[in-house]
Amino acid sequence: MRFEGSKNYVATDDLKMAVNAAATLERPLLVKGEPGTGKTRLAEEVAQALGKPFFEWHIKSTSKAQQGLYEYDAVSRLRDSQLGEEKVHDIANYIVKGPLWECFNCDEQPVLLIDEIDKADIEFPNDLLRELDRMEFYVYETHETIQARHRPIIIITSNNEKELPDAFLRRCFFHYISFPDKDTMKDIVDVHFPDIKKNLLSEALNVFFDLRELPGLKKKPSTSELLDWLKLLLAEDIPPDALKETDVKKSLPPLYGALLKNEQDVHMFERLAFLARREA
Amino acid sequence: MLIPFFYELKDAGLKVSITEFLTLLEALDKRVASLSIDDFYYLSRTSLVKDESKYDLFDRVFGHYFKGIEDSFEQMGFEIPADWLEKMKELNLTREELDKLQAMGGLDELMEQFRKRMEEQKERHEGGNKWIGTGGTSPFGAYGANPMGIRIGQDGGRMRSAVKVWDKREYKNLDDSRELGTRNIKVALRRLRRFAREGAADILDLDDTIQSTARNAGYLDIKMIPERHNAVKVLLFFDIGGSMDPHIKVCEELFSAARTEFKHMEYFYFHNFLYEYVWKDNHRRHSEKLKTFDVLHKYGSDYKVIFVGDATMSPYEITYPGGSVEHWNEEAGAVWLKRVLDVYEKAIWLNPEQERHWEYTPSIEITRELMGDRMFPLTIEGLDRGMRKLTR
Repeated sequence: MRFEGSKNYVATDDLKMAVNAAATLERPLLVKGEPGTGKTRLAEEVAQALGKPFFEWHIKSTSKAQQGLYEYDAVSRLRDSQLGEEKVHDIANYIVKGPLWECFNCDEQPVLLIDEIDKADIEFPNDLLRELDRMEFYVYETHETIQARHRPIIIITSNNEKELPDAFLRRCFFHYISFPDKDTMKDIVDVHFPDIKKNLLSEALNVFFDLRELPGLKKKPSTSELLDWLKLLLAEDIPPDALKETDVKKSLPPLYGALLKNEQDVHMFERLAFLARREA
Repeated sequence: MLIPFFYELKDAGLKVSITEFLTLLEALDKRVASLSIDDFYYLSRTSLVKDESKYDLFDRVFGHYFKGIEDSFEQMGFEIPADWLEKMKELNLTREELDKLQAMGGLDELMEQFRKRMEEQKERHEGGNKWIGTGGTSPFGAYGANPMGIRIGQDGGRMRSAVKVWDKREYKNLDDSRELGTRNIKVALRRLRRFAREGAADILDLDDTIQSTARNAGYLDIKMIPERHNAVKVLLFFDIGGSMDPHIKVCEELFSAARTEFKHMEYFYFHNFLYEYVWKDNHRRHSEKLKTFDVLHKYGSDYKVIFVGDATMSPYEITYPGGSVEHWNEEAGAVWLKRVLDVYEKAIWLNPEQERHWEYTPSIEITRELMGDRMFPLTIEGLDRGMRKLTR
């Protein structure tokens, strides 16, 4: 059982190594990287490639660790008590299972994605230490301990908005998805648009990497933006020559809206282009 | 095994723990990495380094520790563990090749010869840097003419490509003692978060609801509370113009990061040192001045104060009345700084100059003394220290 990337996902050697280490030793893998480099996709692809059930838990700024385990729906129990329902006598009827519980209950080894863990409160990862270490937790309401039948492969993503505590990091493998180089990028595009015209691709990649080199961009376009842009270029049937004439320093590339997502960036870009034209 | 490597990482300042080291050994034990140094590099990085800004440091230590591993392969050669040789049995050999191999006396015989030859060669070529039999007709080594040669060189080839990975040092710009970017600054500033519930009550307070419902004889009594927000309050004072010009970029980044991070943030500009006036707009700095006294009175003492400036000037500008280069100041800058510090207990000074140059500039030393040693360099690491100081 080794992860070697898939036909929809290009994994670099170091990423494969990190996934395989995490899968073999059954410890969580923490993945960081620029937005749009495929952190979230990774977990889905791992689940698909290894043929395992997939669970996801998306973290928000208000998420609590407890919500991943279970929640006690006190309000509906209160309501039922007023309606005189029978099931109100058993507290277990009001325990709502969270993704971690579902995942622990799985009949075969599942893959669990904990997405954007850095969005939550600073203490959030600390509250999950024991659960991720021992893969078990205690339900106070029903006095039972839930233990994972199979230790899941856990993939955690982070955008680095918050530092994660050392104790948490020590229990994980870590991988930083760096921005792909031109060759890897070609592989990625090939996977998504297998029949893209060869010269269109190379021209588009040139424009894209030139754009990333521009100093002072607030949000550099990343892989997912490139893929969107290519989709548009294909849909609009833009000829490769149109891109060839595009010198990023002189004019905006066609359909630039897919690449630049920030008003200030577009403005700056237009100004630069104007200056370059005037000098020429 | 690998213990010196572990200590070398630790000495280099990486926070590696015993647990992580044991994890690495466990992974090696379970054969997560195959027998290439490339794989070993990735595996050790994924298990030991948990911060991409430390990748560069790791690359350097790794490169240093395993430097010349290709050259020294000869010396390491005869220490090849038996299971490496075992591995080679798994080589895919065709029928034909196997027959030829039998002619040589079988694989075991070959292994035995290999071991012997290695020892011999070690004696003969001590200090040399050639692979055993590379390119030759010996049964051992890569690219040879012998069909049942043992391909050690193939590993070597991958090794060279791996060495490049850390020698390229592509994570250089992620090293946190070097450059600041807004994202990094935000991360550092987030240390300053103080959560508090303020404003409109718009989320359900479950505990309170249950309690008051129980008190209400079981009839639902819903209680709401406001959501939690970052309530930290910050005053930023920027030195602007003159010797600060080379540091404009980093100050801009700090400013934009601080602006998105803190809801309650006020900023002011000053030139060289704090005197009786500050201003908010550099274009109209002479017409729209604010009295420093007004600032002190307007913002409560629960604000945290951050000065950003290189504090590089003539010492008179700090210590003497009339020392300012732009105007006649009635009171010395030091007096004004003292007033600010009297009101705001939590204050730091961020200095874009490199920390190791500070001691050569008397005005920096004076300012640092006035600040009670709360001056930090304007790097991620310094910012981090500063934020810790502010939260303490």
